[in-house]
This record gives sequence, C-alpha cells and structure tokens, in this order.
Amino acid sequence: MKLAILSDIHSNLEALQACLTHAKAHGAEQFAFVGDLVGYGADPLACIDIIAGLAAQGAIAVQGNHDAAALSGLCETMEFTAREAIYWTRKQLGAAEQEFLKSLPLKVQLDDMLFVHACAEDPEKWVYITGPKQAGRCMRATKAKFTFAGHVHHPTLYYQSQHGLPQIFYPAPGVSIPMLFNRQWLAIVGSVGQPRDSNPAASYALFHREQNTLTYFRVPYDYMKAAQKVLAVGLPASLARRLEKGH
Amino acid sequence: METKQFPQVGSEIDGFSLLEKIYEGGMASIYRVSKVGIDLPMIMKIPKLEFGSHPACFVGFEVEQMILEKLSGPHVPTFVAKGDMAVQPYLVMEYIDGASLHDYLDQIWNRTEAWGTSRIEAVCRWIAALADALHDLHRQNVVHLDIKPANILFRPDGTAVIIDFGLAHHAHLPDLIEETFHQPVGTAAYISPEQILHNRCDPRSDIFALGVILYQFATGRLPFGNPTTMGGFRRRLFLDPSPPRKVQPDIPPWLQEIILHCLEAHVEDRYASAAQVAFDLTHRDQVTLTERAQRLKSASLLTALRRWYSVLTISVKPCHDPLFHLSSAPHILVALDIPHADEKLQQALRDFVRRALAADAHCRITCVTVQAPSILAEEDENHALAHSLFTQRLVEMRHWAQPLALSAEKIRFQVLESNDIADAVLAFAKTNHVDQIIIGARGSSALRRLLGSVSSKVAAAAPCNVTVVRVPRAQEI
Repeated sequence: MKLAILSDIHSNLEALQACLTHAKAHGAEQFAFVGDLVGYGADPLACIDIIAGLAAQGAIAVQGNHDAAALSGLCETMEFTAREAIYWTRKQLGAAEQEFLKSLPLKVQLDDMLFVHACAEDPEKWVYITGPKQAGRCMRATKAKFTFAGHVHHPTLYYQSQHGLPQIFYPAPGVSIPMLFNRQWLAIVGSVGQPRDSNPAASYALFHREQNTLTYFRVPYDYMKAAQKVLAVGLPASLARRLEKGH
Repeated sequence: METKQFPQVGSEIDGFSLLEKIYEGGMASIYRVSKVGIDLPMIMKIPKLEFGSHPACFVGFEVEQMILEKLSGPHVPTFVAKGDMAVQPYLVMEYIDGASLHDYLDQIWNRTEAWGTSRIEAVCRWIAALADALHDLHRQNVVHLDIKPANILFRPDGTAVIIDFGLAHHAHLPDLIEETFHQPVGTAAYISPEQILHNRCDPRSDIFALGVILYQFATGRLPFGNPTTMGGFRRRLFLDPSPPRKVQPDIPPWLQEIILHCLEAHVEDRYASAAQVAFDLTHRDQVTLTERAQRLKSASLLTALRRWYSVLTISVKPCHDPLFHLSSAPHILVALDIPHADEKLQQALRDFVRRALAADAHCRITCVTVQAPSILAEEDENHALAHSLFTQRLVEMRHWAQPLALSAEKIRFQVLESNDIADAVLAFAKTNHVDQIIIGARGSSALRRLLGSVSSKVAAAAPCNVTVVRVPRAQEI
C-alpha cells in the first residue's frame, strides 16, 4: 500500500491537483493531509472540497495553524500578508467548510505512524522544526516509528542516531529512502502549495508501507495560473510572486 | 518469554533454506542458501546481535542493506532480499563463486615460483578489472570507501565484483556511518588521506585505495604499512611512499607512474576517474611519463615538513555527489578520418573539442582512427609497410591535435584495425568507458551513398552521447 503525504496546500488548487494526479500515477491508494489546507492561496473552497471528499473515503487530515486561524482568533502572531490572506479566507468559507476545518484533529496516530502539522510535542503551539534540536523534542514526544509533519516548507528528513540528537538529511527528489525499522523517523514533507526552497515545484512524499521506503517528489505545476488567481482576488502581490520564485 | 531461534544450518528463514555456513566473523555469519523459485546461487548474511555487541557494529549492516538494494550491474552481487530488522535482520544476495584479489595476492607473493614479467601482466589485468568495476559503482553515485583485496571477487570471465558495502556512501541516502563514528573509518592500510579528514563523498578515495592495492601487488609491500594509531594514519597526508621501483627494480616506469598517480595525497592531483586508471593499465604505451615514473627516492624532509604544516591548516571542502565529480571528468573520443576530412571539417572538429575542454576541467580526449587490418603483417616487407601506415596515421592525428596545445596528459592517440569503422569505434567506446563520441560527418554525398554513413551507425548504437560535427554548408543561391 502506498500512502501519499501532502502538507501546506494553502488553497493552491493547481498544485494540489498536480500532486494528487502524480501520486495516483505512482500508485498512491491512501492520502494524508498534514495541515494548512488554507491560507495564502485563492482557492480555499475548491481545495477543501477535494480534501473533504477524500477524507470521507478514509484519508487522514489534521489541522494546521492557518486552518485554525481561518476559524477564529486575532492572528497577531502572523506576519502581515499571512494575516491578510486569513481575513480574506474567512470571508470565503461557508458553514460546511468551517465545520470541516473545525472537525480536524491536531494529530492522528495510525499504527506506528503519527500525523501532525507542526510538532508532536504540544501540537497546538505550532513549533517550527528548523533543526535537530526541535526534531529531537518532537520525536521524544511520540512512540510512533514514523512521524509525518509539515509547517516548515522545506522537505527534510530526520532520523534517530546512535547518540543524542537526530540527524538531518536532505532528500533528493525521486529517490526511495529505506526507513530502517529499528530507528525513529520524522519526515517533513515540504509544501504542496507554497514551496520556499527556491524551487517552485510542489513537494510531497510517498510512503511505501510494505517496503518501508519513503520517496519525496517535486511536481511541476502551472504556478503562473495560481499566481494570477492570487492577484485576481486581491490578495497581496507578494504571495503571487512567492509562487513563481518558490521562496 | 519466547526465545528467538538462532539461525543455523538446516533452518529456514522466510523461505530461504540455510544450506551451509561459509563464514563466521565477529560481525556476521554467512550461509549458502536456496529458495524455491529463485535460480541463482545465493548467500545470506546475518549480523551478530548478541548481548554486549556494540550498537555501532550493526550500522555497517544497515548501510549495506540500504545501498546494495540500490545497486545493479555485473560489478556488484545481485540483491535478492532483506529481512525485517525487527524480526530477523538478514541480507540475501548473489553468491560469487570465484577467487578474491586477496587470494591472488597470496599466489603472487607467497609462492616460490617466479612470475617474472607475467606478474606485471596479471596484476594489470586484475587491477584494470577492478578499476572498471569501481567506475561502474561511482556512476551509480556510490563511493565504497573500503576497497581492499578481500572485498574484490572475480567472476569466471574475469569481471571484478565489489562486495561489502558496510562503510559505503550513497549520495542520496542518509550517511549512517558519518553520524555514528567520530573517528575516520576504513581499513588502516588502504584508507585515503581525505577519509582521514572526514570527507566521505569523493570517488577518488577509492582510486587511492586502488593505488595501495596496485603498489602491494607490484612490490609485495604496503605503501603506508598497517598503522594502528591516528598519528600513523595521518602520516600519508604528508609522507610519500617509497617509490615502487626502489623496492622492486623490475617494475617498469609506466607502472610506477600509474601507482604514484593513484597515491597522490591531494585528490586534485590524483586520476580524475577510475576509467582513466583502467585506460592507462590497458594502454601502457600511452601512459604519460612524468617525474613520478623516474622517482627513486621519497621527497626530502623539508618537503615533508612543508606538507605537514599545510595539513595542519587544511580545511575540508564540502563535497558534491560522486556523479557530479564524474561528470566533470568525461572521456571524450574523437573519431578522426583525416585522409577523408578536409581542412574545414578538421577545424570544426577542433573547435568542438576546444569547447568540450573548456566545459569539463578533468576531461580526457582520445583520438581514434581506424584502418584496415594488414594482412600477412608478420612478413617483413608488409610489416614494414603496415608499420609505416600506422605511424602515418598517428602523425596525422598528432598534427590535427597540435593547434589545441594540450598537455600530453590530457590526450591519447589510438589506431584501431578493423574493416568496419563504426564497429571498431563502438567497441573501443564500450571497453574504455567513453562518455562522448565526436565524429565528423562524411562530406561527399557520393562517398556516403557508396559506403553508408559511419556517423549514423555510431550514433544509433553508441553506449554514450554522440556528436556529429558538420561543416555548415554554404547557402545555395
């Protein structure tokens, strides 16, 4: 069974569709959305529609900080453009979409896998895993062998080492990595809808359950179209530029 | 509590029957195994995970499990299966039924019979096969980092097979060795200077180890001994080995040149690829002899001191993929047919080669021309004629290359004998790891119609890139 893990979709319909098509073509039968379905992009309704549809068929979905912000709160910790996008998103969401976002848990554990948006330790604090130190705290907070997360928009893989802090590894797209069973792993799958590592292609990962291998992919999509939509609905222009440059 | 059954001869693991134990070591046991439906001689490697064994011992096994599965081709044992780490870790791979380089070492130096010059012949054949295998491994983005005679086996047809990937580095997989061991890891006698400085991703580290093996086979001694201390390891960073010809006077200069070129302390001074080593070992008349070939004593104390000081201040450069390095060291074959190429085409070919030289710093050029085999070459008169033709071809090629002003080290010339030009070029490209063929299009269409196009045949069947160079035709009015 192959499980596709997608994170930080951020209302980017073109990127979401491209990743789902790519994943299905590579044999994905199950899907997990690890948070931040909305925010930043111009298509919150269409994205939620697709994800809620898959969730109804058994896909895993957890809540991200942008999803929580789109429901309520002052968003004072968010930067200006993010806040603008959240206020705009709130106006778009209908009762059904709000209900769906509200229903999402902060983390889901399935067998030996944990799905969480930011960090397994106090997920509601939305801690960014930017290095081995934070990764170590996240991994200590769970007994799951495999933790899948997003939040940080850089595809990264951490694994338990023989001593102290976890090791960081930067995966090459398309190369399957054996997730050795006697170690604990934390996979940050990158962002579908707003990559920030100077590569505008959408990022997601495919987990092969039987072989215990994880493959990161970069999927090119029509980011010009997504960026035009951002401008057309009146969201900050920097959010459109970001999609074109991938940072 | 249920006690786990310890694997033994006669037991079965995931359908594999354990037939015979062929090795028992500190880290692992190896069994011959068979399984219904798999028609391949196989072995199973089972790591030792006993109470008290150091967790680090296990890392090598994990690394080999990860990397072997990614490798393919005749120069590695075929991966068959791996066991679940949590239940019974094991690794099943093809059984290579052949002698190891270690056995050959024994044959050469511990037997009384005199090998004479045939010793050099045999050694070059084995080590060239090893260089071929290494090049194939490096092309798969892997550096072995523990190349030593015991890890090289030979198939019955003479193909070298590299085994034991427990210390290897794969550019796109987590490097478990790097994070586990804070000391440099490798085998003391063969470890390269940059490995000692914690650089684990340069394919030229394996070329250094190959140089140590070649030295050992040629002289019967290890160039840097078998040190056991860190200080002993580091000595190879600044001290030269004794020149092989000083140890064994019968070693020809070209062989010493190859050995010392592999053993250069700085990676940049070493051969850029294992393919280049293989080429030199199989084309010894083409080896460019430098000061290395003539050297009969090690560098002076002052030089050693200077190097020792520079090592203190050395900083290890972050390295690229093995493949990234290899792509800067292509072997470029220029197929020349000078009697049929006018000056314009020759110039166009030169221009193209000049651009290739500018693009890839470590590239090597081989100019090849093909002539019909000389019949009755043994007869005096014909032999002289054939020889003069042969020389004529070489002279023409050198003349062609002269405006490029290349150092002898960068360019080689080869006259091949065959009735089929394309076949000869293709066969040469295949055996010599050629990465790009540059060939001129035959100018005259009448000739092309008569003989068929060599370039199109080469382009269709080549194992690598082919560039057909054509002189732009003047616009017809």
